[in-house]
Amino acid sequence: MTVSLVLVVVMAALIACGVYLLLERSLTRVVLGFLLLGNGVNLLILIMGGPAGFAPIYDESLDPAAYNDPLPQALILTAIVITFAVSAFLLALIYRSWRLANADDVADDADDVALRAGTVTMPLEEVAPDAGDTDFPVEDAEPMRADAAGEGTR
Amino acid sequence: MMAALVSLVVLVPLLAAALTLVLGRRARPQRIVAALALTAVLGISVALLIGVDAEGAVVVEAANWGLLGIVLVVDRLSALMLVVSSLVLLAVLIFSIGQGLADGDDETPVSIYYPTYLILTTGVMVAFVAGDLFNLYVGFEILLVASYVLITLGGTRSRIRAGVTYVIVSLLSSILFLAAIGMVYGALGTVNLAQVAERVDDLPFDVQVLLHVMLLVAFGIKAAVFPLSFWLPDSYPSAPAPVTAAFAGLLTKIGVYAIIRLETVIFPTPELNPALMVVALLTMVVGALGAVAQADIKRILSFTLVSHIGYMILGVALGTVAGTAAAIYYIVHHIVVQTTLFLAAGLVEREAGSTSITRIGGLLVSAPLVAVLFFIPALNLGGIPPFSGFIGKLGLFQATAVQGDALAYALIGGGALVSLLTLYALVRVWNLAFWRPADDVEGDETRLLRAVEEAPDQPTTTETRATPRLMTLSTAGMVAVGLALTVFAGPLYALADRAAQNLDGPGAYIAVVLGDDARSAGETAGETTGEADR
Repeated sequence: MTVSLVLVVVMAALIACGVYLLLERSLTRVVLGFLLLGNGVNLLILIMGGPAGFAPIYDESLDPAAYNDPLPQALILTAIVITFAVSAFLLALIYRSWRLANADDVADDADDVALRAGTVTMPLEEVAPDAGDTDFPVEDAEPMRADAAGEGTR
Repeated sequence: MMAALVSLVVLVPLLAAALTLVLGRRARPQRIVAALALTAVLGISVALLIGVDAEGAVVVEAANWGLLGIVLVVDRLSALMLVVSSLVLLAVLIFSIGQGLADGDDETPVSIYYPTYLILTTGVMVAFVAGDLFNLYVGFEILLVASYVLITLGGTRSRIRAGVTYVIVSLLSSILFLAAIGMVYGALGTVNLAQVAERVDDLPFDVQVLLHVMLLVAFGIKAAVFPLSFWLPDSYPSAPAPVTAAFAGLLTKIGVYAIIRLETVIFPTPELNPALMVVALLTMVVGALGAVAQADIKRILSFTLVSHIGYMILGVALGTVAGTAAAIYYIVHHIVVQTTLFLAAGLVEREAGSTSITRIGGLLVSAPLVAVLFFIPALNLGGIPPFSGFIGKLGLFQATAVQGDALAYALIGGGALVSLLTLYALVRVWNLAFWRPADDVEGDETRLLRAVEEAPDQPTTTETRATPRLMTLSTAGMVAVGLALTVFAGPLYALADRAAQNLDGPGAYIAVVLGDDARSAGETAGETTGEADR
C-alpha cells in the first residue's frame, strides 16, 4: 500500500499535539486536544483508504481500480458528525463548569481528596464537632473503628 | 420475520425517542410512550432469543448493500444480552417514572430525560446487534452521547465535575477505538467482524498483536478494567439514582461484551490470555479494596462494580467454552444484581436523605422493606450460596481450575478473597446504615427527620421524600428477577453454554455471516461447526 508521506506526517503531528493538549489540566486545552486528535484519527482512516484516486462516483469509462476507496470516506463522514456533536456538547459542558466553579480546570474528586487526607469520616465530625469517642456505646464496634481511623490522622 | 425483529429492536426505541422529543414538556404522554417502547423492546428481545436459540443466528444486511453496508447479527449471546438489558432498562425507567412523579419533576429537566434515555437504549441495542466494528463504534457513540447528557442532568456543580472526567475519558476510548478501526481497515480491507475474523490469520504476528491490544484498550476503558477503571467510581455516584443504576448495570457490560466478541471471534489466539488473567486479578483485588475503604453506599457499589468486572474478564481470558459460558452467566447475573443494588441505594437515599453510611442508621426499623430489598442482592453479589452470584463464581472457578497452573490457582484464591471482601464491604453498609440503631448516629439527618416524623400529623417519613410505590415496586421486581436467576439457573446456564459454544472459535460466526449460498444452510453449517469445534 502506497501512501502520501505528507499525510502521514500531518497525521502524526496532529495526534501528537492532540495527546499533549489532552493531558493538560485546563479544560479548554483538553477540547482543543480532542479536536486535533479527532482530525488526526480521521486522517488516519483516510490514509488507510490507500493512494489518491478519482472521486468514487460511478463512471463506466473508468477502471474500477482508479477510484479512490469510498468506504473510509463514508466512515470519516460519520466520525466527523459524531466528533462535531460531541465537541459542541463538550464546549457547553466546559462553559457550564466555568460558570459554576469559575475555573477552567479538571477538578479533583472531593471524596478522593478526603480519602487521601485520611479524613473520610469528616462529615461525622463536621456536623457534630464536639462529639467525643465516649458518645459511642462501647459494644458498637463499627463506629468506634471508623472514629479511630479519623482519630489517627487528626 | 426474524430479520424484521432485528431491525425493530433498534428502530422502536429510536422512533420513540423522536416521539417523546416532539411531545416535549407533556410529561404524561412521554412516560407512556417511553414505557410502551421499552416494553415492546423487551418483547421483541425475548422473541429474538427464543427464535435464535431454536433456529440459529439471524443476519440482516441493511438496504441490500451486502457485507459492505450495515450488517446486523444476532446470535445467542447478542439475544441474551438484548433481553437482559431491555429488562433492566425497563425496570430503571419505571423506577425513574416513580421518582419523577413523586418529585413533581422539578429537579431534573424532564423534557429531555425520556428522549435521552430512549436514545441510550437505542445505542445499547445497536452495540449488541452490530455485525461490524464501525457499527459497534456508532452504537457506542450513540449510547455514550446519551450517557453524557444523563450523567450531567440538571447541570449541578458536582455532576458537571464528575461529567467532565467521564466525558473526556470516554472520548479518549472512542478515539482509540476509531483509530483501531482505521488500522483494521488498512490491514484487512474490511471492518465486517466475520470478514476480519476470516482474514486476520494472514497478518504478520506483530500487526495482529498491535490491533488486538488497541481494541482491547479501547474496550477496556469502557468496561473499566483495572488500570483503566479510575474514572468509574469518580463519575457514576454523582448522577441521579436511576441513571447510575442503568449505567452501572449496562454500560460497563457492553465493554465486556465487546471484549468477548474480540477474544472469541476476531482474535481467538491465546497469546494475550495470561496478561488478561493478571489484569482480571488486579481488577478484582483493587476494586474490592477500594470498596472497603469507602464510606458512601454509591461509591462502595461503584468499586464493587469495578471489582466484579474482573470475574468476567477472567472467564473471557480462559479462552475455553466453559470459561466463556461462565462469563456470560456472570454478566447476566451482574447486570441484574448491580442494577438492583443501585436502585436500592436510590431508595436508601430517599428514606434517609443521604447515602453516606457514617451519617445514616436505623433503616431496618424505619424502612424494613428497603432493608430487605438491599439485603438480598447484597448477599447475592457477595456470592453467598444458593444465590446466582455463587453459581456464577463456582462456574468461573471450575473453568479456571481446569487450566490448573499457578496463575489459575492464584486467580481462584484471589476471586474467593474478593468475594469475601465484597461481602465485608456490603455487610459494613448493612451494619451501619440498616442495623445500627438510629440513636447511635451522631448529629445526622436521620435524627432531624425523625423529629419531623414524630410530629403528630406527619404519618410517614420525611420532607415530601416519601418513597413512591412505583420505585419500591420496580426495585422489588428486580430483586425477584435476581432470585429467578437463581431458581432458573439450570436452563439459563445451559443457554449461556450454548451461546459460548457458538463462540468457540470464529468458525460459527463466519459461517453464519458469510455463508452466502443459502442463508438457512449457512446457519445449520454454523451450528455444526460449533459442535465440531467443541
